[in-house]
Amino acid sequence: MEEPRRNLLRWLLGGGLSASLISFLYPAFKFMNPPDIPEASVNEVSAGKVQDLKPNTGKIVKFGSLPVLLVRTTETEWSAFSAVCTHLNCTVQYKESSHQIWCACHNGLYNLNGQVVSGPPPHPLEAYSVHIRGDEVVVSRRA
Amino acid sequence: MASATEPPQQQGGWLEERLGLAAIRAFLAHKTVPVHAHTLWYYFGGITLFLFTIQVMTGTLLLLYYRPSPAEAYESVQFIVTRVQFGWLIRSIHSWSANLMILSAFIHMFSVVFLRAFRRPRELTWLSGIALLGLALAFGFSGYLLPWNTVSYFATKVGTDMAAAVPVVGHNMARFLRGGNDVGGATLTRFFGFHVAVLPGITTMLLLAHLALVQKHGMSSPRWAVEEYRRKGQSVPQMPFFPNFFLRELMAWYAALGVLGSLAAIFPWELGLKADPFAPAPAGIRPEWYFLAPFYTLKLIPSHVLVFEGELVGLAGFGLLALWWVALPFWAVDRKGVERTRWVTGAGVVLLAYLATFSALGYWR
Ligand code: FES
Repeated sequence: MEEPRRNLLRWLLGGGLSASLISFLYPAFKFMNPPDIPEASVNEVSAGKVQDLKPNTGKIVKFGSLPVLLVRTTETEWSAFSAVCTHLNCTVQYKESSHQIWCACHNGLYNLNGQVVSGPPPHPLEAYSVHIRGDEVVVSRRA
Repeated sequence: MASATEPPQQQGGWLEERLGLAAIRAFLAHKTVPVHAHTLWYYFGGITLFLFTIQVMTGTLLLLYYRPSPAEAYESVQFIVTRVQFGWLIRSIHSWSANLMILSAFIHMFSVVFLRAFRRPRELTWLSGIALLGLALAFGFSGYLLPWNTVSYFATKVGTDMAAAVPVVGHNMARFLRGGNDVGGATLTRFFGFHVAVLPGITTMLLLAHLALVQKHGMSSPRWAVEEYRRKGQSVPQMPFFPNFFLRELMAWYAALGVLGSLAAIFPWELGLKADPFAPAPAGIRPEWYFLAPFYTLKLIPSHVLVFEGELVGLAGFGLLALWWVALPFWAVDRKGVERTRWVTGAGVVLLAYLATFSALGYWR
C-alpha cells in the first residue's frame, strides 16, 4: 500500500513541477523570438538623375530596406544587382579598375552579370532592372 | 554549539564571532602552490580574473553615458571619448583590457594543455574553463558592435550570417541573435542586453564554479615534476598560497595593469566611422585578432566543396574542431588509462600553429 502511494505522490510532484517549469519557459522562449515586422514591399525606386552617375561608376541605392548596387557601365548601359553578398551578407561595391563587383569582406568577385568570378560567394547576385525615364534612373525588381 | 544563554566568545573579538575568520585563515593556510620550473604559468588564470574585474568596473562606468540605439550609440561613444573627463581613457582601457583578457585566457588554456593540468579529476575544471573562454569571445563579439561603427556593423553581419548557415535551426538562430531578419537597431539593443546582463550573469556563476573546482582539487603539478622529485624521494615543493603566492600574483597584476595602462594611454582605441547600412563594406575590413583565424579560413574556402556550400563546410569544420578540443581530457587517456602524452602535445602545437599562421595571414593579406 505504501509503495504505490509513494509513487503516485512522486509522479504528482514531478509532473506538477515540470508543468510549472514549462509554463514559465514557454512564454519566455516565445518572447525571445522577434515578431515579424511586415515591410512595405517596394517594387521600384528612383535612383537619381542620369547625369549624377558617371560612366564606369557605381553607387548603392536604397531599395526599401535593401541595398541595391546600381552601375553605369557605359554612357548608355546600366545594370543593377542586390548589393548583398551571397556569401555572408556584406555589402558589395563596384570596382572601376577591373569592371567587376567586389566584396571586401572575403574578397568575393562578381562580373557585371552578377556571376561569381572568384572567392567564396556560392551564388550569383540577384539582378534588378534599370529604366531611364526622361533623365531619371529607375531601378525595379525583375518580374 | 552556541545558544542564546551562552556568553559570547571573547577570543578573536566581535568580527571573529560573526564571521568565523579563524576558519578562513585556516583554509588559506592549507592552500599551497607547487614550485617547479613552470610555476610562472600559474599566474595567467589570476591575470585573466584581474582583467575581468577591470572590465566590470570600466564597463559599469561606460554604462553611465552609453545609449544602445542606432541613432545614438555612435554619438554617445563619441561623447564619452571627446567630452567626458577621462572618457577616452576609460573606453580605451575597456577595449584594451578586453583584448588582453582574451590573450591571457588563451595563454592560460594552452599552459593547461602543455602542463596537462586537465587530467583526472580536473575534467570539469577544463570544461568550465573552456565555457568561460567561449563567454569571453561572446563578450568580445557583442561588445564590438556597441559603438555602431562600420567595421563592427559588417563584422556582426558576417558573424550572425554564419549562424544562419547552420542546417535546420540556423535561420531561427540568426533571427534570435539579430532580433529580426537583418542586423539593425534591434540587434544593437539585443547585443547590449547580452553584453551587460546575460553574459555577466552566466559568467559570474561559471567563474565561481571554476574557482571552486580549482580550490577543491588544488593546483596540478606536471607529471614530470612529480617523477623528478619522487626519484629523489621527495614530493614537489609547495609555497603557501597566502601570503606568498598571493603577493606574487598581486605583483603580476601590477605588471598587467602597467601594460594595460600604457597601451590604453599610448594607443587610445579608435572609434572609426559611424555604421551606414547603405555603404559598401570598406576595403581592408577584418575582425578583432581573436577571430582572424576563422576569418581567413573562410576567405580561403571556395564557394563549393564537392556538393556543399563553402560556408557550411567551414562551419562544420570549426564545429568539429571545437568539439574535439573541448573533449580533450576525454581522449587524452586511452581505454586502459594510459596517457596519450604525444597526442596532446601534438594537438596543442598544431592548434597553436594554425591559430598563429592564419591570424597572421588574416592580418596581413
Ligand atoms: S561576405 Fe562577401 S565574400 Fe564573404
